[in-house]
Amino acid sequence: MASFRQPSVLPGFGLTLGFSTFFLSAIVLVPLAALVMKTATMGWSDFVRVLLDPRAVASYRLSFGAALLAATINSIFGFVIAWTLVRYDFPGRKFIDALIDMPFALPTAVSGIALTAVFAENGAIGQYLAPLGIKVAYTWIGVVVALTLIGLPFVVRSVQPALLEVQHDLEDAAETLGAGRFTIFRRIILPTVLPALLTGFTLAFARAVGEYGSVIFIAGNLPMKTEITPLLIVIKLEQFEYAAAAALGFIMLVMSFVMLMSINLLQAWGRRRLVGWGR
Amino acid sequence: MAGGPNKALLAEIASRPGRDTLTSVMLKWSFILTSLFFLAALLFAPLIIVFAAAFEKGWEMYIASFHDSDTLAAIRLTLTTAAIVVPLNTIFGISAAWAIAKFEFRGKSFLITLIDLPIAVSPVISGLVYVLLFGAQGWFGLWLQERDISIIYALPGIVLATMFVTFPYVARELIPLMQQVGNDEEEAAITMGAGGLMTFFHVTLPKVRWGLVYGVILCNARAMGEFGAVTVVSGNIRGLTTTMPLHVEILYNEYNFVGAFAVASLLTVLALVTLVIKSLVEWRTGLRKH
Repeated sequence: MASFRQPSVLPGFGLTLGFSTFFLSAIVLVPLAALVMKTATMGWSDFVRVLLDPRAVASYRLSFGAALLAATINSIFGFVIAWTLVRYDFPGRKFIDALIDMPFALPTAVSGIALTAVFAENGAIGQYLAPLGIKVAYTWIGVVVALTLIGLPFVVRSVQPALLEVQHDLEDAAETLGAGRFTIFRRIILPTVLPALLTGFTLAFARAVGEYGSVIFIAGNLPMKTEITPLLIVIKLEQFEYAAAAALGFIMLVMSFVMLMSINLLQAWGRRRLVGWGR
Repeated sequence: MAGGPNKALLAEIASRPGRDTLTSVMLKWSFILTSLFFLAALLFAPLIIVFAAAFEKGWEMYIASFHDSDTLAAIRLTLTTAAIVVPLNTIFGISAAWAIAKFEFRGKSFLITLIDLPIAVSPVISGLVYVLLFGAQGWFGLWLQERDISIIYALPGIVLATMFVTFPYVARELIPLMQQVGNDEEEAAITMGAGGLMTFFHVTLPKVRWGLVYGVILCNARAMGEFGAVTVVSGNIRGLTTTMPLHVEILYNEYNFVGAFAVASLLTVLALVTLVIKSLVEWRTGLRKH
């Protein structure tokens, strides 16, 4: 044990670590291993057939495309919102700041039916978009709207602390030296905030790719058109095609792993940059 | 120019009334209005719609939608699930936070990544893995069938899937907080002869209790609202294995919009209460994250 951990006078290391790893294994790791094993029983050709099925490919395109678009929209507006909340004082600021976490606490089924009601052709917002020829509910645009809502808090909450790190005296110094607003933004603010913004983007993207509840109400769920990959997994399960469901799940799991790793790398990068600047 | 700062420019900046030039005021308000507009469309409108649709046909209809045995069964199932899941995940969260925050050991960051895993995994997969384990065609399917134990399409499956999804929340709130407050007081308590549990309850817990409160509340909100994972394992047997979010879906698909939004309004109130408690906790601890 001595080489495994640094010595400490505090008790309970073995007990708490043991219990945590046991619980983690029982609830998360063993079940995930079952998914991997189920996929492994399939045989290579079946696996490829399921993955490259046109309906599956169409669902990846929608799931990943819409998630990418939503995460991009969130990066832009999330940055604007974070900036507004950090830098400006206006009536209702605290109230809005608290509500940013709403998509985090609100059940996805509720945001799903509520967004559908808002963006349907006779809905509060949909009725103004319909004459412009924009249909949101039951199209891919609806998918993007739902994914944008659930990803928003990730970007705002990542960027807010980073914006506070930006040193005002650096900005003042740059202004004194004749830098314009845009130069100050590009050379001082953006470099400090960039790791956090990328982390927020990746978190929002990762969450959006796997999202189910808020999407299925607004998407319309037409095969090849508005069917997301998680829904395809549910459909395969309902048809008792367990292996096919497992294969699709396996691919999504691999993607989640890759994204989680990149989040960790991004955060390590961000910390290194900040430490480097402190010297 | 080359010899130091431009004096005329310095004087000009100093003479400005704060930074309130015309451009900066315009910039400020365009940022505020963009934010408000974006949030109004995406966040406020859906929130208002939930209550507007629930009360569309008046109070009586709203109340009447709860005089339905299936709706009441769904509420009961949701409360039962949360009552099992939240305490277990709280114990796990405290235990994991103690091991991770109080000790330095190899593989710690990997362990943290694994704890975060359920947040990155699609909720559908969280349900799928249990179907593969305990479903009729699953690894233990036959064994369970012979013993007449049902996990999938029953309460145990719903509890397991919910536990998977809400697994990280308490730990994630506690770990950074416990790391931040340090070990000195605990070490002092132990050296003076206090036991491990005594140290935890009298030294550590008072320092992190507000973070714990928020972690538990958030875990509870997610547990009561989980949809994707529960859909997969529940089998949607009306009045038996439908939780509140699943019941919302059933009513909605039956075009019973008042009923669907009435149940949804309860879940929305739960979410709003969660956010109020979060704000209170942050106000209490002065621990604004920004």
